[in-house]
Order: sequence, then structure tokens, then C-alpha cells
Amino acid sequence: MVKPTKVTNTIRAVRESAGMTQAELARQVGVTRQTLIAIEQGRYSPTLELAFQLARAFGVGLDDLFDYPVEES
Amino acid sequence: MVYEERNIWASLIVSVIGMIVYIVVVLQQAGGRPLTEVDWVPIMLWTIGGGIVAAIVLSIVWGLIAGARDPDGVGRTDQRDRDIARMSIRVGQAFLVIAGLGVIVLCAFEADWFWIANCMFFGFAASSIIGGIASVVAYRRGLA
Repeated sequence: MVKPTKVTNTIRAVRESAGMTQAELARQVGVTRQTLIAIEQGRYSPTLELAFQLARAFGVGLDDLFDYPVEES
Repeated sequence: MVYEERNIWASLIVSVIGMIVYIVVVLQQAGGRPLTEVDWVPIMLWTIGGGIVAAIVLSIVWGLIAGARDPDGVGRTDQRDRDIARMSIRVGQAFLVIAGLGVIVLCAFEADWFWIANCMFFGFAASSIIGGIASVVAYRRGLA
């Protein structure tokens, strides 16, 4: 049986290694800084479109930024 | 705090104060008499009208103060705002349905117009207040 879990992401780590601030990234993908903070902290799962925009902002694939772990039970 | 969250807080604060004022005024007007003898129509209309105006004024004033500190955030909304708004409507709608059913039951029993109007009025208020609380919680704690 596979149980769904939350989508996790490495946006903060990737953003910091790219030397980008939250405000800069938020402006680039067209969201408020508060929304970006919520995504980074896992309090909001972005839409597929926004997820693609975030991945493109860093020039990486979706899998490099987001993970959807499954729990075996 | 983002633009939409400020608007929700403004609406929430005004709704709660408006309901308290309405209840106090109606009870004062009753002065021990049955509530159905109160001239509730002007009180209700003033509460609704005053509430709309107060929420708009509070949003504008709050927006001006917040805008001076963060000019980039003025009037900006995004996908998260829309998702939270949808969730809030879904939560609030349940109370409108309950109020609507209450109105049907009151009509069936030929209740006084006071009770019918107030049932719907409190349904609108509960919908707005509970929906607003759900939104604020979603902004603060996250949207599941």
C-alpha cells in the first residue's frame, strides 16, 4: 500500500547557492515574497505551472527541486 | 502581511464589531419587550451598509500604511491568494446553506419576519467570519 505524503522541496538551498534573495526569486516567478516563504517552508504546495517556473528560474528540472516521497506501509 | 490577507483581516474585524454592535442595539431597543417588536430593518440595513463602508475604508487606510513600507506589495495577488480565497468560500458556504435551511423551516412554521431575516443575516455573518478565520489560519499556518 502506498500512502501519499507532502511534496518537499530544496528551493531554499538551491536559491542560496545561486546567491538569490527571496524577493528576487519571487519577483522573477511572479509571486509575493510571503508565498515564496510559504513554499520554502512547506506550508504551501505550488501549482504545476509555478513549480515549472521555479525550476526554470534555476535552470534545473522539476525533480531537482521537488520531491514527492511515498510511504510504504 | 500580503494585500489579500490585510483585506481579509479588515473584513473580519469589521464583521465581528458589526455583529456585536447589531446585537447590542437590538437588545437595547427591545428593552425587555419581545425581540419581534423591535424595528430591526433600519438597524440591520445600517449594520450592513456601515460594515461595507468600514471594511473598504479600513482596507484603504491599512493599504496606504503598509504600502508606504512595502511599495512592491501593493495590490499584488498570486496563486496562493486565489487558492486560499477558494477554500474560504467553500468553508463559508456551509453556513449559508444552514441559514437557508433555517429560513425554510422558519417559513414553514410561519415564524415572525424578525426571526426569518435574522436567521439569514446571522448566516451571512457566520459565513463571512468563519470563512475569514479559515483564510487567516491558512495564511499563517499553511494551506493543506
